[in-house]
Amino acid sequence: MTTQDLIQIILFITVLIGLTPILGNYMYKVFTGNKHFILPVFGWLEKLTYKFSGINPDEETNWKSYTFGLLMFNLIGFVFVFLIQLFQAYLPMNPANLSNVSWHSAFNTAVSFMTNTNWQGYAGETTLSYFVQMIGLTVQNFVSAATGIAVLLALIRGISRKTTEGLGNFWTDITRSTLYVLLPLSILLAIVLVGQGVVQNFKTYETVQTLQGAQQVIPMGPAASQIVIKQMGTNGGGFFNSNSSHPFENPTPLSNFLQMVAILLIPVALTYTYGKMVDSTRQGWTVFTAMLILFIAGLIISLYDEYSANSIFGHLHLMEGKETRFGITNSILWSAATTSASNGSVNAMHDSLSPIAGMMAMINIMLGEIIFGGVGAGLYGMVIFIIITVFIAGLMVGRTPEYLGKKIETFEVQMAIIAVLAPNLVIQILSAWASVSSYGLSSLNNAGPHGFSEILYAYSSAAGNNGSAFAGLNANSVFYNLTLGFGMLIGRFGVIIPVLAIAGNMNKKKITPLSAGTFRTDNWLFIGLLIAVILTVGGLTHFPALSLGPLMDHLLMNYGITF
Amino acid sequence: MKTIIISLKIFLFFTMLTGIVYPLLVTGIAQVTFPAKANGSLIVNDNQTIGSSLIGQQFDSIIYFTSRPSAISYNPLPSGGSNYGLTNLKLKNLVAERKKQFIVFNQLDSLTVIPSEMLFASASGLDPHISKQAALLQVARVAKARNFNAIQKQNLVQSVKTLTETPQFLILGEERVNVLILNLELNKLDQNFH
Repeated sequence: MTTQDLIQIILFITVLIGLTPILGNYMYKVFTGNKHFILPVFGWLEKLTYKFSGINPDEETNWKSYTFGLLMFNLIGFVFVFLIQLFQAYLPMNPANLSNVSWHSAFNTAVSFMTNTNWQGYAGETTLSYFVQMIGLTVQNFVSAATGIAVLLALIRGISRKTTEGLGNFWTDITRSTLYVLLPLSILLAIVLVGQGVVQNFKTYETVQTLQGAQQVIPMGPAASQIVIKQMGTNGGGFFNSNSSHPFENPTPLSNFLQMVAILLIPVALTYTYGKMVDSTRQGWTVFTAMLILFIAGLIISLYDEYSANSIFGHLHLMEGKETRFGITNSILWSAATTSASNGSVNAMHDSLSPIAGMMAMINIMLGEIIFGGVGAGLYGMVIFIIITVFIAGLMVGRTPEYLGKKIETFEVQMAIIAVLAPNLVIQILSAWASVSSYGLSSLNNAGPHGFSEILYAYSSAAGNNGSAFAGLNANSVFYNLTLGFGMLIGRFGVIIPVLAIAGNMNKKKITPLSAGTFRTDNWLFIGLLIAVILTVGGLTHFPALSLGPLMDHLLMNYGITF
Repeated sequence: MKTIIISLKIFLFFTMLTGIVYPLLVTGIAQVTFPAKANGSLIVNDNQTIGSSLIGQQFDSIIYFTSRPSAISYNPLPSGGSNYGLTNLKLKNLVAERKKQFIVFNQLDSLTVIPSEMLFASASGLDPHISKQAALLQVARVAKARNFNAIQKQNLVQSVKTLTETPQFLILGEERVNVLILNLELNKLDQNFH
């Protein structure tokens, strides 16, 4: 590593910290219905949305109606994306004449984009038409992110309001997130990215005669508009197969930097919004700090291992699956950001990372996608861990646990445990199944422990709604498409429903005023406890599996053993 | 029932807005502000499109600078890397083979340190760049293959240096040379070519 590498990392983190209060404060105004500077520009669109859809924006619903609306809306999105893939050959905007998608791949992709996972078992440029990419996938990129924010907003209202049933209005929540946050940021950044070389057109694929006289077919398409929202909404699904390592998706170091910022931007800023909405920015910064510590720790371990010599390749820089313009540092920084943020886009092939760097990517996902995490999803996942931490601290001092003045009781803890267990069960059970079945093992690209890592990564990615992969695994089979599809559903709604139930239950409670005996949740002691709880839960659950995969891979590599 | 109808309507509205209006709006602005880039940064040479400055091409001829190894042989449909893990024997063998080949092909001393991007395949399989060192190591071989005189050879070294892109704003990314653009420049330096 050089000083220049270090400067890039520091610059990246500084930019994120700097933007947190700015965007966070803006989103606070948006979500609480205050005046803000985009209102004059897009305000009419919000009114039009309500008028068109027959929504009364002032109506508030209880948690059950809120959840029902969310599930219906997601179901419709799923069915639509599923169907247009099955019939894409008969639909317009298909200049490459791509055929209909298989039912199992269509199912997997529809679930994947609805759940904000964007796991891709297919290769974009040879599978999906411009029609499906735009009208199917780009739309889900927006609304799945908006859904995540809506769940977070409901949870915040549940925590900060007292003795009421009303948890807000799902329709206004997704409308405001889309119109005032996701859409303006996306338009702005899309243009900048095109300026760096990202393609944005509806032309047919370009056939060229190369300098050596060979033929090369260069794919085209409306890529920039989809790539921006794939980063901004922590979706991660690439327009092209090799995602953000493709020179048309990520042509320059600047486009790389901006996309990395975009990956974490909304999740970091939401911690500030959270603080404002619960009336204590200190609480927001506490959560932010805990997340940042975990992020930096993982990043350092990955960089250290990637730059270390090993017995197979000696001191060679490990450039397999990496692009020259990004080099090792930017590839590793990206891998840390994309796995922390439940984004899943890649600018380097994670399958070819050094074993420990690959493991850190996996751990970032396995901890529950709460190190900043997905848009909205990361923070509501973190609140689940806060509830568990407060509960454990309460047991230790023998007081009824409280969080922000609300008593944490049996129901909340039960729901929190379900939310923690749901994705972890998917990872453990499905990975085990795939590793002992012929239809699971036949898809592997690597042998030995690294082969197991491919499986473990796939189900972690699905359950954590991340979407990145050890992409050597050929996941476009009936078995993987279906199991990963169900894994994504459980990983998404197995957390959302308990979170909304917690919100609905806490909403009804009184707020106990702060006293000398209150257990503080906004200081360093709490940050330490929270991190300890997260690492304990994650470690106890996944250490055995990790030791069979990446840890074993690492040890064998250092004996020079290959498979 | 009311919820279902609202869901359908708002879904339809967002599909029109974010699925049609938004990409069309971005396309419109992009085609006006950065038309060449929005259409793939294509390079036209003698009225013929010979590629994109962003998409790498396969170069294995002795008269051209070699590009990086690619798991897809620079065929972009679809893009991708090898996805070999570090403990994969195929990768170990490939690296050893590429090292030997690079040394023989460029008639280098067997102890020469070869830049690692020439030994490992890229992520996209379409990486258009190599490092400056990797280009400089190939100058002697290319010059010999094209019967360059000493001045032409010196001009070629100079071209490699001028075409080397520094990290963006001197901070972001890595130093690199675009192989396709370098080879186009090489053809220009060679009077016998064409």
